[in-house]
Amino acid sequence: MTDTELRVSKIQDGTVIDHIPGGTALHVLAVLGIDGSGGEEVSVGMNVPSDRLGRKDIVKVEDRELSADEVDVLSLIAPQASINIIRDYEVSEKSRVSRPTEVVGVLSCPNVNCITTGDEPVDSVFDVLDDGVRCRYCDTIVRDDVASLIEST
Amino acid sequence: MRHDHLIGAKQLSRADIESVLDRAAEFDADPTAFADAHPDALLALCFFEPSTRTKMSFETAIKRLGGDTVDMGTVESSSVKKGESLADTMRVVEGYADGIVLRHPSEGAARLAAEFVDVPVVNAGDGAGQHPSQTLLDLYTIRENAGLDDLTVGVMGDLKYGRTVHSLAGALTNFDARMHFISPDSLRLPRNVRFDLHESGAVVKEHTDLDAVLEELDVLYVTRIQRERFPDESEYRAVAGEYRIDAETLNDARDDLTVMHPLPRVDEIAPDIDDTDHARYFEQAHNGVPVRMALLDSML
Repeated sequence: MTDTELRVSKIQDGTVIDHIPGGTALHVLAVLGIDGSGGEEVSVGMNVPSDRLGRKDIVKVEDRELSADEVDVLSLIAPQASINIIRDYEVSEKSRVSRPTEVVGVLSCPNVNCITTGDEPVDSVFDVLDDGVRCRYCDTIVRDDVASLIEST
Repeated sequence: MRHDHLIGAKQLSRADIESVLDRAAEFDADPTAFADAHPDALLALCFFEPSTRTKMSFETAIKRLGGDTVDMGTVESSSVKKGESLADTMRVVEGYADGIVLRHPSEGAARLAAEFVDVPVVNAGDGAGQHPSQTLLDLYTIRENAGLDDLTVGVMGDLKYGRTVHSLAGALTNFDARMHFISPDSLRLPRNVRFDLHESGAVVKEHTDLDAVLEELDVLYVTRIQRERFPDESEYRAVAGEYRIDAETLNDARDDLTVMHPLPRVDEIAPDIDDTDHARYFEQAHNGVPVRMALLDSML
């Protein structure tokens, strides 16, 4: 483990998400639905030096292993993130995120005239493009600041 | 064509379009000859926004096919006023009718409706999104006047919010068409339409001045610059006059230029064009009936 990663303490079991773009760790927590109300122990390092990214964020979540769906959604805001599953203080699994073809019920359409922004009984659905996302209902394309569309933020 | 629903122009292939237009030509030749085609069909007209041409032409079309309509009426007189969701309204209407024609002020409304019902849904305009049945009658009119191959089309006006423009642009990617889009910068095509045109490999140019391209055009499709879209009245006045055409404007156009408009027009096409050979917008509106007959015939 590097000095940078040691800025926050090692965890016994859980997930370390590394190489998150600097300043977006809180969006990652929002994607995962972690706001502290569930009692999880969460450590966050923000804007720490990184050879690959210049500045990066790190999130460590105790006693929680990310699902494949959660990792997919993470890819939208942290495409270079790496996921480390920790078991008994050791890295048990290490993987990179991969972009899904769609995300359901995670993002809110920024088009206020989109039918999904009303009181209809449907989840939002976004198709994932090479450089953004596209609402499947109203076709609105978002390329910048996808994290701002996360429904829980 | 055989689709469960007609939501947007993107779902239409060239074969789909030609199939509808060919069938429409049969209905156009003798619209009263098909009264036995769908004698028991009931079509629900659900218009959450005012409409004259679209609603009346669908109503005429189904009646020409021997069927009938049930009409939701105005929003003010419906359960929508009580806060009922579109999804619930559609599920109720599904129990009454064999197909639903839906106009709604929100983009994506028709797609949502189609997810909740098993009867065919036709998108008759969803906000600034799509209006694919209009596009089919537009293409029918273009084919009648200019053909659909080796075509140069100019589309002028409010390209940002104009749903007829969005659908037409998408459908024209099926054909050998060069597209010129003419508008103020503030009303350019939205990002998603430009994205789809780029992905399709379409030949597309954007302009702020009609003169830059007028002489090349086979078809000039004019839409209304919508005053209500401008935050400032003076901004509207500054551009509106630039996108108004009259007979003199067309002096440099080809003699066989076809001028179209989805209607209603306000002042973007001067009345002195009406009596010229260029004017095809009333013929275009008329074509709504045979084209929608063909569409309904394929879906019901």
